Amino acid sequence: MPGVWTRKDLLGLEDLSKEEIELILATAESFKEVSTREIKKVPALRGKTVVNLFYEPSTRTRVSFEIAAKRLSADVINIASETSSVRKGETLIDTGRNIEALKVDIIVVRHNYSGAAVMLARHVRASVINAGDGWHEHPTQALLDVFTLKEKLGRIEGLNVSILGDIAHSRVARSNIWGLTKLGANVMVCAPKMLIPPAIEQMGVAVTDDIDEALRNADAVNVLRMQFERDEENAFPKQLEYFKNFGITKERLGKAKKDIIVMHPGPLNRGIEISSEIADGINSVILEQVTNGIAVRMAALFLVAQANENITHEDTD
Amino acid sequence: MKILIKNGRVIDPANNIDGIYDILVENDKISKVTRDIDMQADNIIDATDKIVMPGIVDMHVHLREPGREDKETITTGTMAALRGGVTSILAMPNTQPAIDCPENVELLKSIIDETAQVNVFICAAITKERLGKELTDISKLKKEGVVAISDDGSSIDNDELMLQALKKAKEQDILVISHCEDKSLSAGGVVNLGIISTRLGLRGISCESEYKRVQRDLQLAEKAKARIHIAHVSCKESVELIAQAKKKGIKVTAEVTPHHFYLTDEAVLGFDTNMKMNPPLRNKNDLRALKEGLKKGIIDVVASDHAPHTENEKEIEFERAEFGVIGLETGLAVSITELVKTGLLDWPDLVKKLCLNPAKILGIAKGTLGVGRDADIIVVSPDKEWVVKKEEFVSKSKNSAFLGKKLTGVVEYTICNGRINEPRPS
Repeated sequence: MPGVWTRKDLLGLEDLSKEEIELILATAESFKEVSTREIKKVPALRGKTVVNLFYEPSTRTRVSFEIAAKRLSADVINIASETSSVRKGETLIDTGRNIEALKVDIIVVRHNYSGAAVMLARHVRASVINAGDGWHEHPTQALLDVFTLKEKLGRIEGLNVSILGDIAHSRVARSNIWGLTKLGANVMVCAPKMLIPPAIEQMGVAVTDDIDEALRNADAVNVLRMQFERDEENAFPKQLEYFKNFGITKERLGKAKKDIIVMHPGPLNRGIEISSEIADGINSVILEQVTNGIAVRMAALFLVAQANENITHEDTD
Repeated sequence: MKILIKNGRVIDPANNIDGIYDILVENDKISKVTRDIDMQADNIIDATDKIVMPGIVDMHVHLREPGREDKETITTGTMAALRGGVTSILAMPNTQPAIDCPENVELLKSIIDETAQVNVFICAAITKERLGKELTDISKLKKEGVVAISDDGSSIDNDELMLQALKKAKEQDILVISHCEDKSLSAGGVVNLGIISTRLGLRGISCESEYKRVQRDLQLAEKAKARIHIAHVSCKESVELIAQAKKKGIKVTAEVTPHHFYLTDEAVLGFDTNMKMNPPLRNKNDLRALKEGLKKGIIDVVASDHAPHTENEKEIEFERAEFGVIGLETGLAVSITELVKTGLLDWPDLVKKLCLNPAKILGIAKGTLGVGRDADIIVVSPDKEWVVKKEEFVSKSKNSAFLGKKLTGVVEYTICNGRINEPRPS
C-alpha cells in the first residue's frame, strides 16, 4: 500500500499529495468487499463514535457516511441543524467543542459556508471529515468519483475528464479538479461563461463553454447538478435553455467516444442537465458511484481515526 | 520638566534633518535640536544606535468608542497607539452613534479629554448616520474642530451628493477622505476576486469595485476643485488613476495600509479570518504597484486602518466574520521590515509617510521635531527583531494579520506631549 496517512482530518483534496489520494483509494478498495458480505460489518472502528453534523439538508451523503461508519462498527449520531442549538445561535466552534466533550472521535460536517470544516478542525481534537463546505470542497464525493473512474478504466493518469455544469458554485467540481489533476488526468471544465469562476485555469484545467468540445475527446464526463434552487445571484440560464445548450443527451453523446463514462453526483435533475435516457443508459455509472461512496467513506473514516490515535495533542488553541 | 534625548539618529524631514543630534524637551515642547547638548535633565534617554523621529500620525483609526466598547475604547486604543509609537490619531466616525453632528462631536471630545493617552483628532461623517442620503452640517462640524470628514466603511453612491460634499468641504477648507467602494459591484464578496477566491470557493471582491469609485471621486474632486484623500488604496488600477490625477493637478492624496503592502490574498488560504479585511488583500501585482506608488510619492501616507473586533466576531465562519484588522502596534515595524529593510524607502521617506505627510494633509501641527513644537517623539531600535504575539497586544482586540510574524523595529520610548511612555519590558 502506498504511503502512510498521518492527517487527523480530511478537509479537502487541495492539500493532499498524490500518494495520500492513492492511499485512500487503495484503502477503499479493500473495504469495498465488506459491503458484499452476508454480514456487512468489520470491527475496524468498534468503540468509536461518529457524529454526522449537518448544517445543510442532505440525504445521500449523510446516509452514505452513516452506513460507512456502521459497516466499520462505529456508533453513529446524526445532528441536523434544524434540530440543534445552531438555531439557538451557538457558534460552530462551540457546537464542535460540545460534541467533543461527549467523547466523540470523528465529526463529519456538512456546512453551507466555505471553510467551515477547516475552522472546526482547528478547534477540536476529534477528527473532522468535510462532507461538503459551501462552494469549497467535497473531498469524499471527488474520491468516490475518482474511485469509480479508476475501477472502470483501470487508471486515472492520462484520462480526459470533463466536468460539466455550475463550476463556480460547486464544491464537487473543485475537489474533482484537485483529485484528478493530482493523479495526472487532463481536466476540462465546461459551463456557461457566467458559471466559470475567475482564473480557474490556474488550477490546471482547460476551460470551454462549448459542450461538444467538452465531450469530443472525453473518456469521462462528470455532470454536476444544476442547483437552480440556490441561484441567489440570478446567474443561471433558464432550465430549458440550459438543457438545450448543455444537457447531456443521446444525440450529443453520439458524437463522443462510444464508451464514454457518464457520472453524476446526484440528485439528478432529469431533463435539465441530463436526459433520462443517458442517466439510465449503458454509459452511466451513477449508481455504482453511490455504492462506491460507502467504500470511500469507510476508508476516510478509518484512516483519520487511525491517524488521530497516533497524534500527540497539544492545546488545539 | 526636562527630557534630554542623546546621541540618536534624528530624522525630521520637515527641517531636513538626518543625523546624530541631541534633543531637549522643556515644558512639553521641543526646545533644542543640536549636537552635544550637555546639561542636567529630569530624564536622559540614551538613544545611541537608535532612530529618533516624530511620533507617528495615524490618520485612519477606528477607536470604536462610543458604542462598541467591547471592541476597543479610547483608553485601550490610545494605549495601543503609545505602544506602537503613534502619538496622533485620526478617529473615524463610524461609531454608535456616528459622529455626524456637533452634539456627537462634543460627546466624543469629552471622552477624549478624559481618557485619551495620545492626541486624538476627529473625523466626522459626511452624511447623517453615514447613510449616504443627507449631508451633515459641515461648517458647524468644522467649527467644532473636526479636521476631516468621511463616511469610512461606506462610499457615497449618489454622485450629486458626493459633489455637494466636496464643494462644501472646499468652502470650509476641510479634507474629504473617501472609502472607495462600489457596493453594487462588491456586495457579498469577502476576499479578492481571482484564483484565491476560486480556490476557496468564496465570493470575490473585484478591483473594479474600488477603482471605478476612485475614478469617480477624482473626477468629482476636480469639478469641485476640492482636496480629496483616498483611504486604504489596495489595487494597481487605483494607484495608476491617482498618479494620473496628480499629474493633472487634482488635489488628491492617498494612503496604504501595512497589511496591503505586506500580505497578498494567498494569506487567506486556510480561511484565517484575521486575513479578512475591506478592501481585501490583493495579489502580487497589486502589492508591487502599491510599493512602487509609495516609492514614487503617488501614495503619500501609511495608515493602519486599525479595526478592532472581538473574538466572537472573528472566530466564526469566514463569510460571517467581520472585516478588519488591528494595526496600531505593528504599523511601524511592518513598515520598517517591508519598506526600509528592503531598500524601497530610506528612513526620511518613511518618516514622511508616517508622520509629516499625514500631519500636512490633515493640517495639524504634528509630524515634525521643529523647535517649539509639541514634544511628540519616538525612539526606535531599528534592527531589533520581535515576533508578534497575541497575548502581547495592548489593544482590547487581538485581530492582527501579523500574528506569528517576525518583524524588525521596536519602539523603545514614545514621548507624547512631553510625557514619556515607559519602554516595553524586554
